[in-house]
Amino acid sequence: MGYLARQLAGPTDPAPDAGWQHPPARKGFFTDTSICIGCKACEVACKEWNALPMDGLGLSANSYDNTGDLGASTWRHVAFVEQTQERIAAARESGRRLVDLGMPGVGAPAHPPSPSGGAPAGYGTLPAPVEGHGPDLRDLLAGVGGGAPQPPTEGATTVDGTPMVGPLPEFRWLMASDVCKHCTHAGCLDVCPTGALFRSEHGTVVVQADVCNGCGYCVGACPFGVIERRSDSAVSVRDDGHVPSVGVAQKCTLCYDRLTDDQTPACAQTCPTTSIRFGTHEEMVAAARTRVAQLHDQGFTEARLYGANEDDGVGGTGSVFLLLDEPEVYGLPPDPIVPTARLAEMFRTAGYAGLGLLGAAALAFAGRRS
Amino acid sequence: MTTSAFDSYRPPEDEGRRRRRSGVRASAGAAARDLARGGRSWLNRDGGGRREAPAVPDAEFSAYYGRPIIKPVPWKHEIPAYLFLGGVAAGSGLLATGAALTGRDVLRRNSRYTAMATVALSGATLVADLGRPERFLNMLRTVKLTSPMSVGTWILSGYAAFAGVATACEVARALPLPDRGVVALAGQALELVDLPAAVGQALFAPPLAAYTAVLLSDTVTPVWFESRGQLPFVFVASAAMAASGVQLVLTPTVQAGPARRLALLGAATDLVAMHRLERHLEDLELLEPLEEGEAGRKLRLAKALTVAGGLGTLLTGRSRLLSVASGAALAAASALTRFGMVEGGIESAKDPRFTVGPQRRRLEERRAAGTVHDSIVTVR
Repeated sequence: MGYLARQLAGPTDPAPDAGWQHPPARKGFFTDTSICIGCKACEVACKEWNALPMDGLGLSANSYDNTGDLGASTWRHVAFVEQTQERIAAARESGRRLVDLGMPGVGAPAHPPSPSGGAPAGYGTLPAPVEGHGPDLRDLLAGVGGGAPQPPTEGATTVDGTPMVGPLPEFRWLMASDVCKHCTHAGCLDVCPTGALFRSEHGTVVVQADVCNGCGYCVGACPFGVIERRSDSAVSVRDDGHVPSVGVAQKCTLCYDRLTDDQTPACAQTCPTTSIRFGTHEEMVAAARTRVAQLHDQGFTEARLYGANEDDGVGGTGSVFLLLDEPEVYGLPPDPIVPTARLAEMFRTAGYAGLGLLGAAALAFAGRRS
Repeated sequence: MTTSAFDSYRPPEDEGRRRRRSGVRASAGAAARDLARGGRSWLNRDGGGRREAPAVPDAEFSAYYGRPIIKPVPWKHEIPAYLFLGGVAAGSGLLATGAALTGRDVLRRNSRYTAMATVALSGATLVADLGRPERFLNMLRTVKLTSPMSVGTWILSGYAAFAGVATACEVARALPLPDRGVVALAGQALELVDLPAAVGQALFAPPLAAYTAVLLSDTVTPVWFESRGQLPFVFVASAAMAASGVQLVLTPTVQAGPARRLALLGAATDLVAMHRLERHLEDLELLEPLEEGEAGRKLRLAKALTVAGGLGTLLTGRSRLLSVASGAALAAASALTRFGMVEGGIESAKDPRFTVGPQRRRLEERRAAGTVHDSIVTVR
């Protein structure tokens, strides 16, 4: 594909497209929501490191999530989703349906990891820990409370046909740390009229607050609702009470300042459960695929990846997520398209309309003189 | 027919004129709307006087606590005003050039002044939106073809340059210039550039009228993005309507013939394009933001004024008074269309239904057709 053709849609490596000569490997996050405990350490670490002003501290009355959503002063946001048994069953079915549909299984591990612990897992059990990540909680629990596996109740199986053990839990919390997706084709970056947003050598998208003119166009061009213009209602974390960068767009920089010193972004470094992982984009996608295969083997058919497909509407996201339900349950769009992917079509239509206007004006003057 | 004492406190059920959607979506959507209105949902389910509280909380969300998924653009009334003024400027430029070429002096003068005034005002509203004039100049440091706003800034600047020269010619013509000297030379130079300026103004006018549709469509705002096929036609028609409406007000009927014809073409195209846009959005179940609330009122009024102004222009012929009334109606209709489209779009971004619904539907359609390679959700 030609240089121009890959600029607005389709799979590509963004850093060379942006003109970087011999850039380092593309960086990204893998956020594994199945092991997130909702501690919000990432939110706090992000605020601390980036000196983000306080914004809207209040009670949402919905859940433990008082942050609400990503915004100009919230670059990591932990969503809390409360689910009943009915909803868990629906999530499991929708995940199984995706498997049956033959959703992209690109790069599936040739030898999927066998479920640790021997006995087939299921819905009455906890998900196994990530490989090489401490003792298996299920073994500990089995030691304490006579952990004889319960007989299968529904005849349900894992995606590979292994019968599952135990009934569905009555209730669960889904916790998920959300962040800027650092899209391969970033709407915010492409529509910025000043060049305030740029593609870093790491393949991430960064805002230069001192160049931004505050037009707010990037806000409307982000399919994930990430970037936002900072309002003056923010309360500063500084001693002098000055709120920096009011009126200009702000979002996650993937800790560009830390990356240039080969450091890990603050959120990934602080995450106590390794739910947030940081590394090269390639590694992250591979880790995500291994993990989703592992969960499927354990019977968690609701596990699915979000953003790992480079054929999607944004050319694949730099931040990959493992979700346990439909994306919209977490406040993520189910089928985002970066608006600039349709830009050629839009300009073409506008061209026809413009020619029509020119023709209409000519027609108006063509008539007899009156 | 209450069954318990508590039921007597239950407010009457709102028999809204909206068709009821199926169970889960309706509840979630209604809860979302309640939340957006004032923090009311089934979580504090006294119903709040608006709708009957469900007996059992609905555990199934189609979105995360009804919170918006995308962010609305942070634009106030300056932007629709900018769109309207830019439209008037563009249409006036075309009328001015046509009048210059066909020798209609009054129409040429009036529409040149209108074009200059409105393009200057539209620049001013843009600066007002940005906050400081330097922020406009900041955009002129780059040329970025992927950004309709950058492209538009250059179109606006180019148009303003040609309009400025054309206006200067007009002023020079109106002033009693001396026969010799530097001022006379300048006057003669202006006469020389009059035609090139007029042609330049006419060539920059259609992009100025049409790019604003791309500006809105190139966002994820559901209503704007999904109307990308129809919005340019609505906007150019609206521009033609507004500019010729202004000339129907300013210019004597004897010279306003082209303005009348352009007004009719504009009004007819506007009605057709708007109708097509509405049908298209209705198919996507996205019409609601353009029908309800403030945006709906403005767009309905705009349609009525378009029809009235169009009929007035068609029937009144050379009556000056009725011409003025029709012209004013058409210009007002154009302004209301811009405001309605912008406000409706912003409303559509605030409700997750309008983000999830169309996306979910197109995803299901693709999956039903066996296309699964391009989804953002994958397994393994």
